[in-house]
Formats: sequence, structure tokens, C-alpha cells
Amino acid sequence: MAIRERLSGNEAVAYAIKQINPDVMPAFPITPSTEIPQYVAAYIANGEIDTEFIHVESEHSAMSATIGASAAGARALTATSSCGMALMWEELYVAASDRLPIVLALVNRALSGPININADHSDSMGARDSGWIQIYAESNQEVYDNFLQAYPIAEHEKVHLPVMVCQDGFITSHGVENILLVEDDRVKAFVGEYEPQHYLLHPTQRMAVGPYAVSNYYMETKRAQRQAMLEAKQVILDVAARFEEMTGRRYGFFEAYRMEDAACAIVLIGSAAGTCKAAVDHIRNTTGKKVGLIKIRVFRPFPEEELAQALAGVEAVAVLDRSEMFSGTSGPLGAEVRAAMYQARCKAEVVNYFYGLGGRDITVSDFEAVYDGLETLARTHEVTDMYRYIGLREA
Amino acid sequence: MVVQMKDTVEIRWHGRGGQGAKTAALLLADVAFKTGKYVQGFPEYGPERMGAPITAYNRISSSPITIHSNIYEPDYVVVVDESLLDSIDVTRGLKESGAVIINSERTREELLEHLHGYQGAVYTINAKQISLKALGKNYPNSPMLAAAVAVSNVMDKNEFLKEMKTSFQHKFAKKPEVIAGNMLALEMAFHEAS
Repeated sequence: MAIRERLSGNEAVAYAIKQINPDVMPAFPITPSTEIPQYVAAYIANGEIDTEFIHVESEHSAMSATIGASAAGARALTATSSCGMALMWEELYVAASDRLPIVLALVNRALSGPININADHSDSMGARDSGWIQIYAESNQEVYDNFLQAYPIAEHEKVHLPVMVCQDGFITSHGVENILLVEDDRVKAFVGEYEPQHYLLHPTQRMAVGPYAVSNYYMETKRAQRQAMLEAKQVILDVAARFEEMTGRRYGFFEAYRMEDAACAIVLIGSAAGTCKAAVDHIRNTTGKKVGLIKIRVFRPFPEEELAQALAGVEAVAVLDRSEMFSGTSGPLGAEVRAAMYQARCKAEVVNYFYGLGGRDITVSDFEAVYDGLETLARTHEVTDMYRYIGLREA
Repeated sequence: MVVQMKDTVEIRWHGRGGQGAKTAALLLADVAFKTGKYVQGFPEYGPERMGAPITAYNRISSSPITIHSNIYEPDYVVVVDESLLDSIDVTRGLKESGAVIINSERTREELLEHLHGYQGAVYTINAKQISLKALGKNYPNSPMLAAAVAVSNVMDKNEFLKEMKTSFQHKFAKKPEVIAGNMLALEMAFHEAS
């Protein structure tokens, strides 16, 4: 029987950490993820878990210490947001290329400047090329569920990559919602003990982690990282299947919401998906128009073929980005979805919206307006403005 | 038009940093959860500091809630600090079928001119006086929470008081002497708002 609770997203992640009882957590506070190490520190102080908490002087050190712990053979993690993650940048690449199964609880927040503490995806989207698996959540329930699945994915012998478990700052991290928790013993059985094959402190098998690689070796390590990303796809699905057996909650690379007969679809990431679902339900119930939503859960590895297949029958698609990449054209999700659709020769018209930057709110009515635009686009096939904004004040 | 999920009550709280409006919204989510509801309690965050205007929200429903936006057409508005009436249009978007509940020593009639012609119900609660009488200190958020429950009717009075007592017993485990005063504040506010 699941445990019925109400928790904020940060509380939910901290609770998952408590249930997993990892070995080492170095962390440095930053809004809006500060509560996660704070709650974990309280669990440790109360003797509820025996995780070793390392107080560090910066996020650069937080990730460095996490790398050191993981390389030594410990199950390690940290939490951060925004500029904190930016300060980890160098180490993010080191963690991934050293093939360390670290988990990072990322609470998504805009990057400076202007300085802003609210939700957008510019921190994690900027790190999309760092070699980390990225899993995103719509709700507190999802971030908890994703966190429980993170170590089994990261530590799988075919993967051995770090995993970023992302949630939207404040919207889910500080919002209290109903949640179903899994009992401690079932979590322990699901996540299992970490028994690394190769690690620095192994008494007989000596090894080096993170040495210099000359040109003769560097490229092969990158190819090996790509292979791990490719292998991760099946592992992510296998872990999700095992999770569904335990909880009844189904996860995949993305959630296709009322897509079975959809003519117009929105593709997005994160907490706004729930608001979009309300718009989909309202439009379908009041007008019968065939609208649907694809909510990306796994952005790295990118589920290109699966996504194109899900969009194969659609006539018009709006991809919504919650971060800029200043290509002057699309956002990061827009570019990848469009590439996937081109490769699969999808016939749908595609437009790209920017929304929610620096925490700008997005409402059910905003989504209804996007679907209205898609309906026109599906009828006329005239793309007058391929890159648009939601809720932007323009002179 | 703002789409609202069926059977959902939406509440917006206005207060100033440090007064406990966010805590009150989270407490309301807490007690509603305990009576079997689906709940959301969330603050709108900015560069918060003591005394700055803050907004917090509640959705309470008998079915799961997926919407993650702020609330623009609430059923109820609770104003913890009446000095906000001069700078914020607290009844903006508030449904006429709903109500605004204001912490004030002034009468309903005296406050009407600050409400931009709002036609719905207006309640005033002297939370400061209640709090001083019951607790000896000015903690307006508990009385305002009770008033919000009384006016919105999101849960039964006895159920509300029972759950609040349990949560006070937990919260004040080390200072049980303040539980009776807090309960009295809730009772008084409930009575004044009913």
C-alpha cells in the first residue's frame, strides 16, 4: 500500500534520498534547491540516515567532492540550481567522462542576468551536451518517482553515467501537492545496494580515474560515452517497467497525453504540462477538437525516433521552450524536435514558442491560444511566424 | 476565460513578508489534505523580505489537480494585512459569487471604497484583537486561516478544528502551553466569520 502524503517537490526529493540512504552528499546551498541538503542534513543529525554530509565552500567543490566520493566507490549525490550548476560546469563533464553514476537533484532556475530566482530550464539545457542523462518532472510525484529510478539507471553496468533529476524551481520545488510515497523496504529493494566493479579504493585492482588522454585516446572515450547514452535508452525503459510493477505508475521517454487521434500537438518539458493537460481536456470536452500533448521526460538521451513516431499522424506541432539558446532561431527543444521530425519525414507544420523564462507564468488560456494557432496552421499550412513568445510584453 | 477544474476551490492570499500568509496557505493545504482532499499550497516567489507584499495560493479539490499556474480568478481572497489595500487591487479577478476576507479593525462599509467596486461578499475579521486576546501576541495568520475556512466552507468546522489541534500538538510538542490559546484563536475567528 502506498503512503498518502502531501509534500513539496524539495521535500519529496529529500525523502527519496532518506529512503535510499546514499553514502556521501557534498552540497552548497542555492535557491531554490537549498531545502534539499537542509532536510537531508536534518535526517543525518536526527540519526535517521548515515549519509556523510560534506560542507563545501562552493558548487565547484560540491561536484568535485561528489566525483571523488563516487570514484572511490561510494554512492554519491548533490543538489543545486542555476548559477550553482554553472559553477559546476567543468566538473559536470568530468563526472560524465569518468563514467561516474552520480545523481544530481537539479531544481531548475533561470541563469543570470538579470539575476532571477524563478523557474526556467536555462541551467540544465546549457548542460545538455555535458554527457549527463537528464530526466524532467511535471509534478512532485514525478520528481520523487524519477529520483527513485535514477540510481538503478546510473549504476547499470551498460550505462555508468551521471543522472540529473530535474524539477521546476518553486512551481514544484516549493509547491505542496498530494503525493504517493513508496514504503522504505520496497524502495530499498528497488534501488538496491551499490556494488561497483571498478573503483579507486579497491584493495587489489588498482586504477586511475580521470587521467590525461592524448589525441590517440580522447576520441574513443567520447565514442564510449555515446554508446553508454545509447544503451541507457533500454535501461531507462527497463527500470520504468520495474517501477510500474511496484507502483502502477507508468513512465517512458515521454508522456503522450490524448495523442491517439490528435491533429494538433504541443511538445514541452516540465510542470507546465499539467496546465496544458487542463487545456487539452477543456478543448476536447467543449469543442471536440483533436488536440494532444507530448511531455518530454527524458531529454538526454534524446528519444528521436520514438518522438517522431508519436508525431507521425499530427498536422501541426508547437514546441515550447523554457530557455533560450540564442541561435536566433529555435530553442533547444524546438531544434531537436524539428530535426527528429525532418529525419522521419513527418508532414506536420512546426512552430516554436518561448515561454516561462525567469518564472513568467503560463496559464490554461495561454495554451488554448496556442492550440487555436495550431488549428489555423493545420488548415492553411502558412507559417507566418515560426518563432514566437507566450506572455511577452512587446512595445 | 479561465478554465477551472470541476469541484475546485481556488484561494488567493495577500500578506506581507513575515506575517505568515504563506504559512497559512500551507496550513490550509495541510488540513484539507487530512480531510481527504487533493490540495495545492504554493507561494509566488520574488525577492522576498520582511514587509514586502507577498502572494500565496491554494487549490482544494475532490479530484487530482494538474494546473501549475497562479490563480487569476479566485473564489476567495484573504488579506492578512489591510495596508495592502492602498497599493494592490486585492479583488482583481475575484468571482462575485465568492468573497474577500480582510484582517481589519474597520467595518465592512469603511473598507468598501478600497475594493474597486467589488460586488461580492466582504468579510472583516479583527485578527489582531483575536490573537491578542487568545495568545497575548499579534499572530494574525491562525485567525485568518479559520476565517478562510469558515467563509469558503471547504471543510466542516469540527473536522477543521480537530485536524488543527493535531497539527498544533505536533508543531508545539515542546511548548504545549500555547496550544489552548491557538485553538481559542481559531474558535473565535471561526465564530466572527460565520
